[in-house]
Amino acid sequence: MSYSLQGASGPWEVVIGLEVHAQVISRAKLFSGAATAFGAAPNTQVSFVDAAFPGMLPVINRECVAQAVRTGLGLNAHINLVSRFDRKNYFYADLPAGYQISQYQHPIVGAGTIEIELPDGSTKDIGVTRLHLEQDAGKSLHDQHPTKSYIDLNRAGVALMEIVSEPDLRSPEEAGAYLRKLRTILRYLGTCDGNMEEGSMRADVNVSVRKHDEAFRTRCEVKNVNSIRFVMQAIEAEARRQIDVWEGGGTVEQETRLFDAARGLTRSMRSKEDAHDYRYFPDPDLLPLVLDEDWVASLRAGLPELPDAKRARFMQAYGLPAYDSGVLVAEQATADYYETVARGRDPKLAANWVMGDLFAALNRTGRGIEDSPVSAAVLGQLLDRMADATINGRIAKEVFEAMVESGRDADAIIAERGLRQVTDTGAIDAAVAQVLAANADKVADYKGGKDKLFGFFVGQVMKAMAGKGNPALVNEALRRHLA
Amino acid sequence: MTALTDLTLTAARDGLARRAFSAAELTEAHLAAIEALNPRINAFITVTAERARAQAAAADAALARGEGGPLAGLPIAIKDLFCTEGVRTTAGSRILGPFVPPYESTVTAQLRRDGAVFLGKANLDEFAMGSSNMTSAYGPVANPWRRRQDADAVLVPGGSSGGSAAAVAGRLALGATGTDTGGSIRQPASFCGVAGIKPTYGRCSRWGIVAFASSLDQAGPFARTVQDCALLLRSMAGFDPKDSTSAELAVPDFVAACGRGVRGLRIGVPREYRSDGMAGEIERLWQQGLDWLREAGAEIVDVSLPHTKYGLATYYIVAPAEASSNLARYDGVRFGLREDGADLTELYERTRGAGFGAEVRRRVLIGTYVLSAGYYDAYYLRAQKVRALILRDFTEAFREVDALLTPTTPTAAFAQGEKMDDPITMYLNDVFTVPANMAGVPGLSVPAGLDAQGLPLGLQVIGRPFDEETVFAVGSVLERAAGFDALPAVRAGVPG
Repeated sequence: MSYSLQGASGPWEVVIGLEVHAQVISRAKLFSGAATAFGAAPNTQVSFVDAAFPGMLPVINRECVAQAVRTGLGLNAHINLVSRFDRKNYFYADLPAGYQISQYQHPIVGAGTIEIELPDGSTKDIGVTRLHLEQDAGKSLHDQHPTKSYIDLNRAGVALMEIVSEPDLRSPEEAGAYLRKLRTILRYLGTCDGNMEEGSMRADVNVSVRKHDEAFRTRCEVKNVNSIRFVMQAIEAEARRQIDVWEGGGTVEQETRLFDAARGLTRSMRSKEDAHDYRYFPDPDLLPLVLDEDWVASLRAGLPELPDAKRARFMQAYGLPAYDSGVLVAEQATADYYETVARGRDPKLAANWVMGDLFAALNRTGRGIEDSPVSAAVLGQLLDRMADATINGRIAKEVFEAMVESGRDADAIIAERGLRQVTDTGAIDAAVAQVLAANADKVADYKGGKDKLFGFFVGQVMKAMAGKGNPALVNEALRRHLA
Repeated sequence: MTALTDLTLTAARDGLARRAFSAAELTEAHLAAIEALNPRINAFITVTAERARAQAAAADAALARGEGGPLAGLPIAIKDLFCTEGVRTTAGSRILGPFVPPYESTVTAQLRRDGAVFLGKANLDEFAMGSSNMTSAYGPVANPWRRRQDADAVLVPGGSSGGSAAAVAGRLALGATGTDTGGSIRQPASFCGVAGIKPTYGRCSRWGIVAFASSLDQAGPFARTVQDCALLLRSMAGFDPKDSTSAELAVPDFVAACGRGVRGLRIGVPREYRSDGMAGEIERLWQQGLDWLREAGAEIVDVSLPHTKYGLATYYIVAPAEASSNLARYDGVRFGLREDGADLTELYERTRGAGFGAEVRRRVLIGTYVLSAGYYDAYYLRAQKVRALILRDFTEAFREVDALLTPTTPTAAFAQGEKMDDPITMYLNDVFTVPANMAGVPGLSVPAGLDAQGLPLGLQVIGRPFDEETVFAVGSVLERAAGFDALPAVRAGVPG
């Protein structure tokens, strides 16, 4: 059942398009040699080009172009071998030149697609309209002085990729899935760290509503939403506002709005009438950007395996279900971790342990897979000890918890705690005999036909052996004794 | 012996090499001339006497060691549009009044590298916008030439590089840098009776030159001879990775090209330049120039540049459009003039209102208008299309001919106050020079004769892209044939 919002007049479909600004991972800015590291002291990463001093000229950073092309290739998009930079003119204190260098008419990357996975396991292709390169502005700090604004130009001139989707999204969940998938792809490619809190990925959300099968109605743009959760909330809030306007007999006006996360509302920022006239024109300081086909091909050849391909491979090579594969490939580090654990071992067991006990432990300890207290090699060792019957599954859980706490490996913990499972049939027979003797009534019931009591006997024997009995041998001994 | 200030750059170089005089003496002679005449001519906004003396001393030391670059010890003026490290750079505007760049433009850095001595920063129209040097916030420049009749009338030196041209004409400098966006080197060269070349767009780096119209701006030299221009351009030109529009080409030996002659060259006469209203003496000079070239062995060919008539109109869309954007950075926030306001908008309005003169404001408004939504297609986009046609005219003409010859300007220098009522009249001064900027091709103005009032007139040689060598060859032949030896009324060594 597709998503809709219920209004007084019936259900409304929500139409969403996203414009994502992704900060390019590069050592230097788009048109200057200044550094780009996050968190440096204000105005320490600013060249005379970034500060737009008289006579300064932009020179394109080749690596930023390569990153945009890699991203385009990762989005299965058309790479435009000739693109152009335009000036977007407006005045603001943190925009030193009075214009932003962007790509308005001729972006470096054309149409592509992103496949999103929906909770019901289905997938949907979302169109990417274009990707273009542009400069970021600086930052205005209005809260540092009672009457003055402070300007930090560290960010001014940093390369951004603006990635524009088609209005193909139909629910907050789809928008969330799109952003997560885009972030995954960017991280796999190493072209953007996707960190929305630090602002290295920001989203503008275009929302409209319509009745089923109608043409699109007027959209509003909700600017600069800085988390996936807020994007989803903003969509619903804005869609509900628009439904109220339409159903109240009004007309939704095209405008730019801001999301107030505290109140869960969107507020008008500027109307169409107040919209800037950006006076775009080709930047005469820059020649058209012409890419060599061979260079693009070499970038393509250097791309890592991307999430969709990896997911397909996990399903095929490891026999994992689609859902498990999707979870494991969501982060490159998780996929790498999984593959290390699975190599030469039971891939399904490996997936269960990574997605089950490991994820739980990471959640509990608040750590990421990159700094997991249990390394992939060590988890693999634990699986090996189960495979070679040194320990059984239950003991393995205990060992794993000890590994999380101590950071030590499985063998050390098994040895130290004497958790090696008992395979000595003499000891097992003795334990079985003891349990059966102590439960003569139940033995009688079992022999009278209550088969289910077999499990009870297994449990009792394991308990008597402090959990260390080899389950297969215990079963076999019990069967023998009860026969 | 010729006064040191009357030497050509080449002669001064040879004199230094022979140790006939020192760089210090040469520089002192020019500093003295500046001290005597700059109050009258106002060619310099800033005189850097102490720096000049230090550079001259360094040049003398280098020459004594048998080192020293090709320009070692030669004193020149720098248009105040080139950023010079540690030396105030105003662009002729109040808004940059307090601006001292912490960097050196590529062109001036190369001149320094080759040993040139910088006397100071030459006056110009504000942000290089003007054809008379009347728009400078630092006062107008007086043309050293005077009319035979009405000798009291102070004439303009042309613009925008009026200070540079006047300094060279008045013997305050052996040479000077200029920039040319629509004629700003060639027109003042013509008005002041000196040589000046706008090289091909991309020949000289624009890095560190205060931008007016980025797709048109190009640096070039002034000097009293064509060969001196060649000598200076050799140092100024060259690929610069800091300017994406600079051409990755080797710099030819322009001086050697001056001696090539014109035998066998085909020289084009663009028939559209022959307007009905052309002054008879301009027309006659043009014809004289063609005769000189024919006598020197060139073939004269009629060519057509059909879109030339749209050059000026197109220029006054493209140049202001780029300028309106280029000048947005002068906002009072980071450098230059700041006039505080109650809020950011008021800061902008007060700073730019106080900082920009009327002509700059006019062009910013025109540029903003032609780029505005709803007008862009009709003005800017159409202008770019016409510009492409103008370039095509030149490309096709250069299939037939090796260079073109035209007058540089429609008139000789006019007086301060003339042509000031209507900006269009002023703009018409650039009618012959603008097309070369629109097409990016090189253009050289050579002093070739005098008008009835005894004022200098220039002829313009236009060449193929990156073929300044032919331009210098043709210019040198004209120069020799013209034997231009008239002198301005106001010049060093002449009692005022």
